[in-house]
Amino acid sequence: MSDVADAPEAARPITSRRDPRYEVVMYRHVGVDGAWKLDYYRSHGGYEAATKALTQMSPSEVIDEVKASKLRGRGGAGFPTGVKWSFMPPVDGRQRLLVVNADESEPGSFKDRYIMEDDPHQLIEGMIIGCYAIQATKAMIYIRGEYAKGYERLMGAIREARQAGILGKNVLGTDVEVDITVHRGAGAYICGEETALMNSLEGLRGNPRLKPPFPAQAGVYGLPTTINNVTTMTSVVHIITRGAHWFSSMGTDDSKGTKLYQISGPVERPGVYELPMGASFRELIYDLAGGPKGGEAKGFFPGGSSTPPLPWTDEYLDMPMDYGSLAKAGSMLGTGGVIVIPKEKDIVDAMYNVVRFYAHESCGKCTPCREGIATWLPKMYQKLLAGLGTREDLDLMEDMVRNSRGTAFCPLADACAMPVQASFKWFRDEYEYIVDHGKPMYTKNDWWDA
Amino acid sequence: MIELDTVPPFFADKQELVDEILGRYPEVGKRSAVMPLLWEVQNTERHVSEARIVEIAEILGIHPTEVKGVMSFYSEYHGEPVGTYHLQVCSTLSCSLVGSDQLYDYLVEKLGIVNGETDAEGRFSIQKVECLGSCGTGPVLQVNDIYYERVTRSRCDQLLEALKRDEVPEAWRERGGDNVGAEKAEIVDGAAGLGAAGNADTGEGEG
Repeated sequence: MSDVADAPEAARPITSRRDPRYEVVMYRHVGVDGAWKLDYYRSHGGYEAATKALTQMSPSEVIDEVKASKLRGRGGAGFPTGVKWSFMPPVDGRQRLLVVNADESEPGSFKDRYIMEDDPHQLIEGMIIGCYAIQATKAMIYIRGEYAKGYERLMGAIREARQAGILGKNVLGTDVEVDITVHRGAGAYICGEETALMNSLEGLRGNPRLKPPFPAQAGVYGLPTTINNVTTMTSVVHIITRGAHWFSSMGTDDSKGTKLYQISGPVERPGVYELPMGASFRELIYDLAGGPKGGEAKGFFPGGSSTPPLPWTDEYLDMPMDYGSLAKAGSMLGTGGVIVIPKEKDIVDAMYNVVRFYAHESCGKCTPCREGIATWLPKMYQKLLAGLGTREDLDLMEDMVRNSRGTAFCPLADACAMPVQASFKWFRDEYEYIVDHGKPMYTKNDWWDA
Repeated sequence: MIELDTVPPFFADKQELVDEILGRYPEVGKRSAVMPLLWEVQNTERHVSEARIVEIAEILGIHPTEVKGVMSFYSEYHGEPVGTYHLQVCSTLSCSLVGSDQLYDYLVEKLGIVNGETDAEGRFSIQKVECLGSCGTGPVLQVNDIYYERVTRSRCDQLLEALKRDEVPEAWRERGGDNVGAEKAEIVDGAAGLGAAGNADTGEGEG
C-alpha cells in the first residue's frame, strides 16, 4: 500500500510528476527485459489485485471502487468506467462479454502498444478484474493487425496464464471463470470506433453501427458487451491494489488519477510518459520531452490528430492536461497523444497529411464523410499546395468542414473536420499566404535526420 | 477459375488449426474466424488468392463474395502477391515530421519502385501506410511483420543491404520516455529527476 492512501482528505491533489508523492505505476515494468513473462510479473506483485478482487470483494464492490476512483475511459471519449460497467443488464443466463479495444490507431497514440509488448500480464489482470465486475466469463482483445509483436506476446502470456490456472474455469483457485480470445485486426482506423470494432470482430466489414442499442444492451453477437481501452484496464489493476482514494488523490476536479501521455514530432525525447492528470503540457513537452528540436514550434495537437490543434502560447502550454480544461479551450484530451508542430512545417502541408489520413480511413458508409472528407477536402488541399487556390476556396473549405460536423454515423468526419477548423482559426495567415503567393509560407521539406 | 483445379487446398491438412481457430469464438460467432483464417493464408503465401477465398468461404458456410468483402475492407490483406520483403512506410503526421516522406523517396530511388509496386525479382514491394503506432520512434518502416524504428539514411542502407542478402535483422525497438524500464521510471522524485527521465535509447534487439 502506498502511504499516499493515508494522506488527509484535504491534502492537495497531486498534479505534477515533481510531486514527491507521485509514482509511476503502469509503465513501471515497461522496457524491462523479460517483464512480459509470468514469473517476472508475479514476483513484482502481479495478480495480487485480481486475487484481492475475486476473494475479498463482490462484483458490485469492484464496480463501486472503480466508480469512487473516478476513472474515466482512456480510449479518448473519457466516459466514467464504473458507470459504463453498471450499464450491463442483470445476469440473465446469456453470455456476457468484455472486449478490450487495442486497436490504437489514432495518430500520435502509442501507449497501449508497449504495455502489450512488454507487460501483457498487466492487461490480462485488469481484464480478469473487469470480467469479474461485469460477470462476464469471456473476454476478447481486438488488437490492430500491425501489432504483430504485441499479438505474439499476448498469446504467449495467455498461454502461460492458462497453464498457471490464472485463466480458465477456476481463476486463481476461485470458482470464477474467465477466458480470453485475441482477435487480430488488419489495418483499419475505423475499427477503433466501438461499433465498427464489433462488426469487425463478428467477421463483417468494419462499418460503424447505429447507437442505440449500446453495446451493453446488444453488443458483439447481440450479447451484453462492455468495451474498454487497454489502459483503462491497467488503471483498474492499481485502483484495486491501492484503493480508489489513492487514484482520486491525483488530478483535477473532473479528471482523476494517473494517465499515459504520449509525445511525438520533432522534440528531444519523444515517447510515452506517465503523469498525474492535471499536469501541464509544459511539463510534458519541456520538462520530460526536452522541448522542440531546434527550439521553435508553433502549435500542437493535444491528444491525437483528431483533437483540434492549439497554438504555442503560454496560455495553452501551461494548461492542465485534463478533460475539462481542453474542452474549455475548444479542443479535447483524446488519447493524450501530443504532436508538436514545428514552426518550419507549413500548416497547409501538415493539415493535408492529417486530412489524407482520414480520407484513407473513411469507410465510405455516410455521404458527407465519403464525399466531403474523403473526396473533396483532400482535393482542395492539393489545389492549395499546387499554388492554384483562391480566397473563395478557403471559405468553401471552412464551409464544407462545418457542414460535415455531426452528419455521419460515427465521429470520423468530425475527427477530421474539427482539427481543420482549428487550423483555420489559429493559422489562417498561412492558408492566405499560400493562396496569395502561390507557394507555402514555410518551404522546408526535408525532415529526415541523416 | 482454372486456379481452383490446379492449386492444392491450403487447409486440407490443417483441420486441427481450423478447429482451434473456430474454437476461439462462441458457436454463434463462427463467422468471426474469417479474419484469422485470412491471416493464416497470408502469413504463409503472402497474399490471399481467389482459390483461398473460396476455401475460407466453404469452411465458414458463407459466400466467397462475403469473404472478399471483408478482405477488401482492410489495408493489410493482399489480393495480389507482394514482394518477399514488403516495405510499409508510415506516412502519417508524426512520422512525416521526422522524415518519413524523405524515407519513402529514398526507397523509391534505391529500389526503382513506387507505392503499390513490386520489383521484377519479386524481392521488394513498397506500400505507403497510415499510422503504425510508433509515433515516438519514427520514421518507422515495417518489413512484413517487423518494425524498424528511427530509420536514418545509413540504417536504411544497412537494412536494404541485409535484405538483399536475405538476412532479416531483428526488430529495431527503440526506447524513449518511460519506456525504458523500472530504474528510469524511479528517477522522478523531484525537479532534478525530470530532465533525466526519458533519456535512454538503447534500441536493443529482441530477447
